[in-house]
Amino acid sequence: MYRYDEFDRDFLADRNRDFRGQVARRLAGDLSEDEFKPLRLMNGLYLQLHAYMLRVAIPYGVLSSRQLRQLGMIARRWDKGFGHWTTRQNIQFNWIKLTDVPDILEALAEVDMHAIQTSGNCIRNVTADPLAGAAADEIEDPRVWAEIIRQWSTNHPEFSFLPRKFKFAITGALEDRAAIAFHDIGIRMVGGPGGTKGFRIYAGGGQGRTPYVAQEVKDFLEPGQLLSYLEAMLRVYNMHGRRDNMYKARIKILVNAIGVDAYRDQVEAEWKRIQSEGIDFPAEEVERIRAHFAAPKLPNMRVDEAAFSKARAKDAGFDRWVRHNVSQHRNPQYAIVSVAFKEPGRPPGDASATEMEQVADAAERYSRGEVRVTYSQNVILPHVARVDLHDLYSDLKSAGLVEGNTDLITDIIACPGLDYCNLANARAIPVAQDITERFSDPKRAEDIGELRLNISGCINACGHHHAGHIGILGVDKKGTEHYQITLGGSPGDDASVGSILGPSFPAEDITDAIENIVETYLAKRQDGEAFLTTYKRIGADPFKEALYGTR
Amino acid sequence: MPNVFTANRLSDGLVVYLGRDGNWLRDLASAGVAEDKDGIAVLEAMAAQSAKDQIIVGAYPMDVEIDAGKPRAKSVRERIRAAHRPTIKPVSEAN
Ligand code: HEM
Ligand code: SF4
Repeated sequence: MYRYDEFDRDFLADRNRDFRGQVARRLAGDLSEDEFKPLRLMNGLYLQLHAYMLRVAIPYGVLSSRQLRQLGMIARRWDKGFGHWTTRQNIQFNWIKLTDVPDILEALAEVDMHAIQTSGNCIRNVTADPLAGAAADEIEDPRVWAEIIRQWSTNHPEFSFLPRKFKFAITGALEDRAAIAFHDIGIRMVGGPGGTKGFRIYAGGGQGRTPYVAQEVKDFLEPGQLLSYLEAMLRVYNMHGRRDNMYKARIKILVNAIGVDAYRDQVEAEWKRIQSEGIDFPAEEVERIRAHFAAPKLPNMRVDEAAFSKARAKDAGFDRWVRHNVSQHRNPQYAIVSVAFKEPGRPPGDASATEMEQVADAAERYSRGEVRVTYSQNVILPHVARVDLHDLYSDLKSAGLVEGNTDLITDIIACPGLDYCNLANARAIPVAQDITERFSDPKRAEDIGELRLNISGCINACGHHHAGHIGILGVDKKGTEHYQITLGGSPGDDASVGSILGPSFPAEDITDAIENIVETYLAKRQDGEAFLTTYKRIGADPFKEALYGTR
Repeated sequence: MPNVFTANRLSDGLVVYLGRDGNWLRDLASAGVAEDKDGIAVLEAMAAQSAKDQIIVGAYPMDVEIDAGKPRAKSVRERIRAAHRPTIKPVSEAN
């Protein structure tokens, strides 16, 4: 893991001291709300429906047990005992008092954490493959570069006041598990000529009101050139970016307005111009950062395959969990475990203080104290010896965190929606609870197979509904909560934006509508094909007919 | 159209309603109701003063319906705010 040095710690202490002063001046009336709001947003503090909400950065989704325990402590001491994993690998606390924030930021700093650049028109937390450093299909650990981007972008004078917020995602694996195509800039590590490794760069993806899949800008970039190239990309955007209309200020609008070829030409010209400016980190610095992410020395832990198979045969729950929540580690004696926060009926993403501590303990015991947060609002233990899987399962079972449903219909992504969010049109979490309860039979969910169902409470699309195989969007129809359905979105290598199926449904009908879609798929699927495959083969019409045919 | 003023308290962000006496209350049913433009203007002036006094932020008038003489929220949003909790069972220490 990346560890702060003295400079990082001093910087954070200074920032926190500043903010403590700003809060005091606000409470004393020396700062008006208009003056204070940008300052609090720079520290991740929003004012939501019921209270202040603090968004804490989890850089590229990586946490240590110690940090996770501290988040649990914060939830218990200063919130109502829980937090919410976000779709950008962060955590939000929903019930924060302004007067407590300086102390909370100090508690975060104790474990090298903060809430900087989790809000505002700057470069936000870089998200990455949650399986980084462990996945069997990895070309190179993307965390090294995510950290380099974090250092380059933190307090970058030119990019602290962009036309709009700016989001990066990076993966170093063959399979994209970071939804890079839905980010302002997406980065994929690829093999280059002569066994070299480098980057393929995409730009202009995003969700919100105008969703776009990112387009390729650079086929291959040498590692030593990443930052200067990104700088050129940002500069071109910053020069062009429309500041007159907030909804149109994203890079996706620029790239799609002038075309990716024109954008690329301008970036290349700018890049040539600035290459001598010394933006790229020197090789020694890259190596210094790389050393923080050195692969852990995993001890030899032979697994008795016969005993393992027997344990699976004896316990259907364990067997299902292994099928869906355990994936291949690059070391065959080890596995990557997804800890599901998605038991049917649970609010997606919510994690109690006790659960945070339980997972922190489990990580300490079984995963070298390493934890990852996924954008699908679950948690990963990246380095679990296969011989320990059953013990881990038993521990998680007593914590209630062993639902074996990763990427199944009950693994819903949902934003806070109207239960918490000031911008919402409709509730999202209760809809998720209702749907997961409807599909709570694990055999049924498993039979339906891989199905990404995502819910957003408004068009800002924080719940990634555009990228759901099934997407649900909350809309306001004459003051009542309605839900629009999209089909065919995908977050991964086959990234696409879902298409609206038809008129929206009132809250009381949405679960039936989803079930209808699922049943239609089951009736039409061939040879166990996944939902998305069936949808691509048969198109939207059969689903439309099933849903609206009799109207 | 009956209206009350609502805001978030500056210190803790919690939802509050303006009472007739100018105090900010947690309970919507105790809020002062304005029945007309002049009434709204009176509440608005009090709310503006409270914002200046660092008591609340983001005050705005909201439509209410009157039920047994007491104001009640109309929209889903305002009902959720007035309940001071989400409509879901949160995962908390309790479970
Ligand atoms: C509750 C407070 C929140 C507020 C006020 C908020 C606000 C917004 C807004 C205004 C946008 C649209 C931005 C744009 O199009 O430029 C947005 C996008 C987004 N938000 Fe949130 N959000 C909140 C919570 C969350 C949460 C909890 C998540 C994760 C569950 C999240 C993840 C995202 C993502 C992934 C996007 C899409 C970015 C894109 O346009 O590509 N946000 N949010
Ligand atoms: S999608 Fe809308 S309702 Fe959901 S968190 Fe984002 S802004 Fe709020």
